[in-house]
Amino acid sequence: MLDSILFYFFAGVAVLSAALMVTRRNAIHSAVFLITALMATAGIFLQLRAEFLFVAQIIIYVGGIMVLFIFVIMLVRLDVAIHQIRFRMQKWVAGLVALALALEVTVILLLARRLPGQGLLIQGSAPADKLPPNSEELAKSLFSSYLLPFEIASVLLLVAMVGAVVMAKNKKRTNES
Amino acid sequence: MMSPAHYLFLSLALFLIGCIGVITRRNVIVVLMSIELILNAVNINLVLFSRIFGDVAGQVFALFIIADAAAEAAVGLGIIIAFFRNRETVLADEMDLLKW
Amino acid sequence: MSPTTHAILNFVVTWWVELVCGVVIVAVVPLIAGYVVLVERKLMADMQARLGPMRVGPHGLLQPIADAVKLLIKEDIVPDNADALIFWFAPVVSMTAALTSMGALAFGPAFQVARDINVGILFVIGVSSLGFLGIILGGWASNSHYSIIGAIRSTAQLVSYETAGGLAIVCALLLSGTLKIRAIVDVQQHDGVWFVFLAPVAFFTYLVASIAETNRAPFDLPEAESELVAGYMTEYSGFRWALYFLGEYSNMIVVASVATTLFLGGWLRPFPNVHWLNWLDFLPALLIVLVGVYCIHRAGKQPVPVQTWFMWAVALACFAVAAIFIAPWIFAPLKFIVPGLNGAFWFLLKVSAYIYIFMWLRFTLPRYRFDQLMHLGWYILIPLAIVNVFAVGVAMLLESEFGWNRWLALIVTTVFTLAVAFFLVYSHDKRTAAASSATVDTTDSYAG
Repeated sequence: MLDSILFYFFAGVAVLSAALMVTRRNAIHSAVFLITALMATAGIFLQLRAEFLFVAQIIIYVGGIMVLFIFVIMLVRLDVAIHQIRFRMQKWVAGLVALALALEVTVILLLARRLPGQGLLIQGSAPADKLPPNSEELAKSLFSSYLLPFEIASVLLLVAMVGAVVMAKNKKRTNES
Repeated sequence: MMSPAHYLFLSLALFLIGCIGVITRRNVIVVLMSIELILNAVNINLVLFSRIFGDVAGQVFALFIIADAAAEAAVGLGIIIAFFRNRETVLADEMDLLKW
Repeated sequence: MSPTTHAILNFVVTWWVELVCGVVIVAVVPLIAGYVVLVERKLMADMQARLGPMRVGPHGLLQPIADAVKLLIKEDIVPDNADALIFWFAPVVSMTAALTSMGALAFGPAFQVARDINVGILFVIGVSSLGFLGIILGGWASNSHYSIIGAIRSTAQLVSYETAGGLAIVCALLLSGTLKIRAIVDVQQHDGVWFVFLAPVAFFTYLVASIAETNRAPFDLPEAESELVAGYMTEYSGFRWALYFLGEYSNMIVVASVATTLFLGGWLRPFPNVHWLNWLDFLPALLIVLVGVYCIHRAGKQPVPVQTWFMWAVALACFAVAAIFIAPWIFAPLKFIVPGLNGAFWFLLKVSAYIYIFMWLRFTLPRYRFDQLMHLGWYILIPLAIVNVFAVGVAMLLESEFGWNRWLALIVTTVFTLAVAFFLVYSHDKRTAAASSATVDTTDSYAG
């Protein structure tokens, strides 16, 4: 009962914030609504008993990436919203794509029910009390089976950091006589 | 835990809203934010199936996606800043240097 | 009874402790933060050879209440072109982050809001770092130069020092092997030594990083009044400013609690495992009795009668509290409250000592310039923290694989880390000396 209340609360906040995010004209408002959507997603992770991912989402996504986004939005802020003639068929294209994807996934989900032993009600998932401690499991798996992707991810982050600094650096060189 | 259908529909809804955001918005930064939303939808799916099958690999993958999204956001925003410094705009309509 | 009522009652019965603790935190912590402000003003006055607030209430003890009333009845000014939604939202984020992160802390072996979370320390760090979303959004929404510059400077400072602080925490986590808050203190009790003695450089790094993270002097450039008016808080008046301010002081309490849990042994008394020092268990009661005796001693020397009565009242309150501490030794059935009460006392004592060090540094050291601040964070503290993590890891490896004595391994690696620290500071000094001598050699502005 508590599970379903929490799920509906987090899911409602996530979908509502996402919908508000893509419709706001002000970019900072969009960023704030994305922050609430990400926190709601973190809540969904917590509800699925992925505690480390819940905290990692808050620290990395909300505390890191969204602060980066807000900084950049503040830097490139345009004061005047320019109303020009623009391609207006985008909304229909977007609606069509969304409808097609939704139909596709719904059909797959509903067809899966027909397959024996599988489908939307998957048996055999462990009850919440008997789950192993999440951080330890994640750490064990990350440092043994997935050690190579872990090291590659660290190299990737280093490369991204260097690349972002190089690209965003101010390249003006003043000559001092 | 609710039935998987609930989480799958939630992830589908977030994915679709992200797609709509990518296609519809003019501000390139909002497009990047919608891409982050898409990545989160995928993360929800991964964590859901990791919980169902009891395999922690789903959460490991989701963690890598989060790290990857951080790297991609940093590089993407660096590109936007460099572009803004040259052309004074962040609207996708006006980034048409490669148009024939 | 309908099923929903039954479900709600079930929820309340199962979770009533957490609900009460949550309500207590939200209601009491702002009050405590207000009194921390008063303590700071009194300490500042004491170190500056004056008396501090004395007028409102006996010895100025009602000053926070008066301040709160004043801030509540002030006019709520929203700047003209400010973004109303975010202007409202930003202080709320700041305060909420600080209070939520308090939820996972353990103030004693018996006082913890959320039953021990698997990722306790990480939750506290992560949620308290959401506070600077409030800072940057507030600075932007105020639509004023001082606010934006203050917000950007503050956020840059916070991000830099959070990395160093996080790495210092990783050192302590290496020594404890778990993220659960209660388990960390249990490991310190099991080993019989606080982690500050095993990783002192990490404690010092975390001390400096936490001063920078709570925007306290000497790192308070973003909010210093002579620099940027009030930085990101410039355009906020009345209760919104109070929310920011209380959020900052609550953050101070959170950071002090984290440092106490990780490095200073949480709720353990000094030398927790040494049996012949068990008489230290009576120290809390003894200290409180001494405070009461001091109050009685000073009661006769008060200039005003109301202050004399107040001193007597405080002394009686101290004796009552000391009686509660001593009662379990007299009535055996009450023994179960001893660990909780003593633990809470030691925890609060250590948190107070940590906050006292914050205040002491504020009154003593001059402010860092912003580029000096960033240089200290990125060039000195972060490399030091990384080397420290490496060193503690090597020490643990030496202990487990090569059979070294734990203390020997840690002392060797601590000496190595200190050598690296001295090298970093020395190269920084050489750089600033070279820069200042370079500017001296250029054009003499008074020539000709």
